[in-house]
Amino acid sequence: MSNIESHTIAYVRDTMIPEQDPPITESGAIKWLRDNLFSGWLNTVLTLLSLLVIWWAIAAIGPWLWNTVWNAGSLRECREALGGTSGACFAVINDRWHQLMFGFYPPRLYWRPVLAFVLLFVALSPILFTNLPRKLLYFSAAYPFIAYHLLWGGSIWLPIGAALGFVAGIVAFAIVRKINGLAAIFAAVIAPVFWWLFLAGPFDATMSSILPLGLEFVRSDRFGGFLISLVIGVTGISLSLPLGILLALGRQSDMVFVKSVCVIFIEFIRGVPLITLLFTASLLLNYFLPPGTSFDLILRVIIMVTLFAAAYMAEVIRGGLAALPRGQYEAADALGLDYWKAQRLIIMPQALKISIPGIVNTFIGLFKDTTLVVFIGLLDPIGLSNAIRADTDWQGIYWELFIFIGALFFVFCFGISRYSMYLERKLKTDHR
Amino acid sequence: MKKSLFVGALAATSLVAGIAQAQTLQAVKDRGELNCGVSTGLAGFSAPDANGVWQGFDVAKCRAVAAAVLDDPMAVNFVPTTGQTRFSALASGEVDMLARNSTWTFTRDIDLRLTFVGTNYYDGQGFMVNRELGVSSATELDGATVCIQTGTTTELNLADYFRANGMSYEPVPIETNAEAQQQYLAGACDVYTTDVSGLAATRASFENPGDHVILPEVISKEPLGPVVRDGDKEWEGIVRWTLFALIAAEELGITSANVSELAQGTDSPEINRLLGSEGDLGAMLGLDSEWAVRAISAAGNYGEIFSATIGDQTPIGLARGLNAQWTQGGLMYAPPFR
Repeated sequence: MSNIESHTIAYVRDTMIPEQDPPITESGAIKWLRDNLFSGWLNTVLTLLSLLVIWWAIAAIGPWLWNTVWNAGSLRECREALGGTSGACFAVINDRWHQLMFGFYPPRLYWRPVLAFVLLFVALSPILFTNLPRKLLYFSAAYPFIAYHLLWGGSIWLPIGAALGFVAGIVAFAIVRKINGLAAIFAAVIAPVFWWLFLAGPFDATMSSILPLGLEFVRSDRFGGFLISLVIGVTGISLSLPLGILLALGRQSDMVFVKSVCVIFIEFIRGVPLITLLFTASLLLNYFLPPGTSFDLILRVIIMVTLFAAAYMAEVIRGGLAALPRGQYEAADALGLDYWKAQRLIIMPQALKISIPGIVNTFIGLFKDTTLVVFIGLLDPIGLSNAIRADTDWQGIYWELFIFIGALFFVFCFGISRYSMYLERKLKTDHR
Repeated sequence: MKKSLFVGALAATSLVAGIAQAQTLQAVKDRGELNCGVSTGLAGFSAPDANGVWQGFDVAKCRAVAAAVLDDPMAVNFVPTTGQTRFSALASGEVDMLARNSTWTFTRDIDLRLTFVGTNYYDGQGFMVNRELGVSSATELDGATVCIQTGTTTELNLADYFRANGMSYEPVPIETNAEAQQQYLAGACDVYTTDVSGLAATRASFENPGDHVILPEVISKEPLGPVVRDGDKEWEGIVRWTLFALIAAEELGITSANVSELAQGTDSPEINRLLGSEGDLGAMLGLDSEWAVRAISAAGNYGEIFSATIGDQTPIGLARGLNAQWTQGGLMYAPPFR
């Protein structure tokens, strides 16, 4: 039979065909293009349309950006340098850079906000990244007082006195806890308040007279530009999270009084636009305070922004709490943990992990909302862009300022967003 | 309804605040600094320069008052206020005076319980169009699209004017002057209407100012002036007569250059009374006799301030017009210093 076969088959290959490259349409860039951009007539049309739009945008904006003038003293000089061609005039950023960053902060003291900004990252790093030495957390705890002193200056004993209030709280808690747990919490609250109300003032006065240390005092109305956005944003963000957690817990509480206070607060704040609260802070409070008291406007705004963000934060965290199975609470009870231990060790780590996207959402929203202070006359970057435009040198400039401000806000918000994605990946919140 | 309720509430609160803070002069002296409410930025009138120092027509007024009261034109804390916050900031005592191109109207004077101490700039609402349209009078604007700032008196004036002339228009609502410039230049509207000073300042910033024409019609009266709280006659007098001193100085030929020389005494009794070498006008204000000398030295007389900040020689390029001295056919008229 094999004979027949050898006759019918004319040729039998006895060596392997060498490996060949795949057809040009099935590999590399062309395959990718075919698969992703031209896989059907609809996608082909959409691709071509998109290319057209991109080309149109580049043709419209490209030359304008390419012809940017970086060095000029006024819009007139910019236009002369451009000589009639279309071009951006980012010289305004060059000219007013320090103002957009620091507002009216005294130029010879610029190192102070810069140092505070650098230290901010040092203070944040142990909170954000767990693989750093835990000892750094002590610096994080001290940072608010350091930053306050760097930014505002004045007597060094004021922030130290304020910090001692917290120390008083911790000491009181530690002493009273040996007697009664609930009383310890009250002591931890009352002791610092007592210290701040009655002892911090005399402490500051005596220490200042003994050892007058401190940096030059800078008034709040010298603050402006990104400095003000960052001060309001960072303070609001760092205070709204703990406040939000407390409010969320309060809303779930069995104690009627605590629960109703939290519910009323959250619903009131959420029912009112932020701009209303800002107007209240800037206008109404002045009528109610005794004449002559100058309650710092930035402080008022920070308080309002923090309360606003805290109410939203509370609801975000409540969402996280609600997502936890009932069994987790029961397991904590079964282990004999008290309320705070259960929250700290079992409930909160899980609830916060679930809420990360929502929390970050609120953070970013809060940071961008700081630009609303322009409506109460604080010169944040947007407010300053108006003021810069009112100078006869730069009147008529428009997009350049907004592009710059937008880019800076983007850097911060994008940074926050990337960090939250890193954190989610690390904690694997989606249980995949 | 909502607005009148708000205005009423504001008036009631400002009444309380006004009683509580009658002694503005003493407060300013104790503080060593004048809190002056200005606009957050209006070309030629108030804007911070590259060094953060406020400059402008309204700013110069604040500096003159600070010089008269505190002997230091730089002892002013400028509080930027917006259109919404300005009167509350004044009524609540956050600022001692407003120099923020606010129009003197009946309701603001009477209902809001504020005191307009005088007029330092006579403005009026006008129109700007592209020269290519070939329009030479506002009466030819029938059917035009008009860029207009919302929530201002200009909006109401515009409606009144077009109705009175039996014309129609299509409003393009905008929020700020900067936005208006963009919309107008992009051709979103045929006409831009706001105060003539604002139009001139806006036009000066265009790449080709000559392509745009400001129509001759001025359809409203906008007397702009400094404002103080009701109920403090002493402070009101200081701010009012500082303004008059600047105006009178121009009329009498007193400038920042020759004021110290003239203060030694001249043949003119009026100049002598104003500059304090004769009589005791300063003491009647609660100040010393040199108060007007300092006010005029701060930034010059009214004419000098005008030409340095918004006049012909500046990019804003406003003519004196109604704001010339009464002797030159304008409305600037200071009562006698006697």
